[in-house]
Amino acid sequence: MSDKKQEVETTGHVWDEDLKEFNNPLPRWWLWTFYATIIWGIGYTIAYPAWPLVERATGGLLGYSTRLEVAEEINRFEDMNAEVRAELASLDAADIPNNEAAYSYAIQSGRATFATYCSQCHGSGANGIEEGNGYPNLLDDDWLWGGDLASIVTTVTHGIRNEDDPDARYSEMPAFGDDYLEDAEITDVVAYVGSLSGQSFDGDVAAGETVFADNCSSCHMEDGSGDREQGAPNLTDAIWLYGGSQEQIESSVRVGPYGVMPNWNTRLDDAEIKAVAAYVHQLGGGE
Amino acid sequence: MSTSETPEPTQQLYAAREPVFPRRVRGNFRALKWWIMALTLGVYYLTPWIRWDRGPNLPDQAVLVDLANRRFFFFWIEIWPHEFYFIAGLLIMAGLGLFLFTSALGRVWCGYACPQTVWTDLFVLTERWIEGDRNARVRLWKAKWDARKWRLRLSKWFVWLMIGLATGGAWIFYFTDAPTLLVDLVTLNAHPVAYTTMGILTFTTFFFGGIAREQICIYACPWPRIQAAMMDEDTVVVAYREWRGEPRGKHRKGPEADKLGDCIDCMACVNVCPVGIDIRDGQQLECITCALCIDACNEIMDKVGKPRGLIDYMALKDEEHERAGGHKRSLMKHIMRPRVLLYTFLWAAIGVGLTVALFVRPDLQITVRPERNPTFVTLSDGSVRNTYEVGVRNKHGESRPFYVSVGVDSPFEVAVEGTDERVVVVPADTENKVRVYVTSAPGSEESLRDRTDIRIWVVDGVTGDRAFHDTVFNGRGQ
Repeated sequence: MSDKKQEVETTGHVWDEDLKEFNNPLPRWWLWTFYATIIWGIGYTIAYPAWPLVERATGGLLGYSTRLEVAEEINRFEDMNAEVRAELASLDAADIPNNEAAYSYAIQSGRATFATYCSQCHGSGANGIEEGNGYPNLLDDDWLWGGDLASIVTTVTHGIRNEDDPDARYSEMPAFGDDYLEDAEITDVVAYVGSLSGQSFDGDVAAGETVFADNCSSCHMEDGSGDREQGAPNLTDAIWLYGGSQEQIESSVRVGPYGVMPNWNTRLDDAEIKAVAAYVHQLGGGE
Repeated sequence: MSTSETPEPTQQLYAAREPVFPRRVRGNFRALKWWIMALTLGVYYLTPWIRWDRGPNLPDQAVLVDLANRRFFFFWIEIWPHEFYFIAGLLIMAGLGLFLFTSALGRVWCGYACPQTVWTDLFVLTERWIEGDRNARVRLWKAKWDARKWRLRLSKWFVWLMIGLATGGAWIFYFTDAPTLLVDLVTLNAHPVAYTTMGILTFTTFFFGGIAREQICIYACPWPRIQAAMMDEDTVVVAYREWRGEPRGKHRKGPEADKLGDCIDCMACVNVCPVGIDIRDGQQLECITCALCIDACNEIMDKVGKPRGLIDYMALKDEEHERAGGHKRSLMKHIMRPRVLLYTFLWAAIGVGLTVALFVRPDLQITVRPERNPTFVTLSDGSVRNTYEVGVRNKHGESRPFYVSVGVDSPFEVAVEGTDERVVVVPADTENKVRVYVTSAPGSEESLRDRTDIRIWVVDGVTGDRAFHDTVFNGRGQ
């Protein structure tokens, strides 16, 4: 709108006859701020880890590292949880769900403990590695040694059939295929066991019943419902630790499964054991 | 490139700041700015103290950003984190609103409502009270640092510090219960974060409003650059009627007086300018369109008996039009143009959309996450069970029971982990997540099939409101 605008100083540079470069000076404080950031940057590289060297970067005068920060954070949370952990450790197993704070902590921390120590065998979803592979599914309502909180705590604490803990749960199924039973007897008893859960296999069920009563009922009970005192599986239900097909049952009878679980009392403390037990208990199968 | 002349050795690429001493001015726009300042500052300082009863379990502060519990309370509205789109929508509206106002009325936001302008105005006001008007301040600036200068400067800085403290203080009241925090602040029991935030905002208020002022607008703020993209020759801005004012001149009684324009070159428009420019030089990026030069010039025009409006709100088109002898066009003619209408439409559409969304948002909200590891579990009786993590949001001020089902006449059994009933009790204003088991009978069609569509219902035990989520039930797939 104005044909005589305020004259702006030019740098004196001219291109293409009439193209001039204006000089609109920057504020001086901006220059000082720029210098200040340079000085700050130098100070920063002295105070904090910065310059890469051959082995590792310079450490910085403040001794800061992200690892230390993580360690501090972890310690801080451990301190925050110390009280509830102590409370959890002091509770009777059966009382854990009644203590809201301890139970909530147990489930959250138990989830992490399970993922770290238990998932290798029981699976990250706690459903065993593969059906019929001998790693129990912890989600269902079938328990070898008992599914109430106290039983689970005992199992986790001492383990099963290990040689490190004298209090480990122990029982042993003979390998009936070695000397005890004839092949025909095995075929018959497998047919009988299959019939308990409504399956029909080759073999004489009536003869198998006799074989079962003579050889198996002391552990698996006369009706085949199993015995948790001895960790003897219930043979009448739909769940098979080592598989429920004719071949799989026959294999179990011949070999005699010997599943082991470590005792965790040397690696986990009381609170951790109770936490992981509480976590497992609330996955759907707890009694 | 050819260098026809070498730069002069005295040429500087950096310039020291020219201090600005805005003179006091009276007029319509100044009065409007006082009112806007009172309103905006009043809203800012008082809002955290408005109480709003929400019942025993919820805060009674009308406007509260509860970061710790991740809630935003605004009178009767409560926003949860998953409803953040309301905030995003408001921010988009704020942006579009700025576009709208800028394309219609230029940098009206900068001139009237920007916090930088409002607080700078407040700081200049206190400066004038303590040190006097423009001439006195210029003299003081040039004066030696004697006892009087120290006294005036220190008292000014003290008042500024108090304003800064009040500004930083008011800010933190938005984030926690204001009366409690005030007591804590005074008794030194407040959280260090509160003091740190206050300290930082006190400093920035003091520095931006007292020291940096127009430097923020000219060099630090990105808005002036962005706003220029929304302006055109129809945008109404503050401008000088050059055809009327020029040639300017003081000597109204001299022999050349007849040739002079209306501008008497009294510098009133320059002296009142808060960014230190001369509006008679034309449009400049520094101009925040605060309109104080209009007031100043009108005052002078009244005194010398000339018509008002030598400096005025007008569009660039008007200037050419008037120079050619036409009349100034009405404001509406400038405003009613496609880009302004488009901005208005977009702004209003988002506003209507958000309002509708606010009123139709469901009272009861649930989430259902099917457990995929494993997809199903076979139980000892041969039945098949699926697990779902069901989250229920209780947006009410009291604890409530919610009932879970998969609908009437369903072949499935439903159970909630840890209870014998199919109920989830959710404490006030929280979300509760529970494991819900859905079981199909041994040998049933659903247990053998690969997958079955199911609908999980949640019923509010108090109001009877219902919500559902469609998901699938995984069978053995045989």
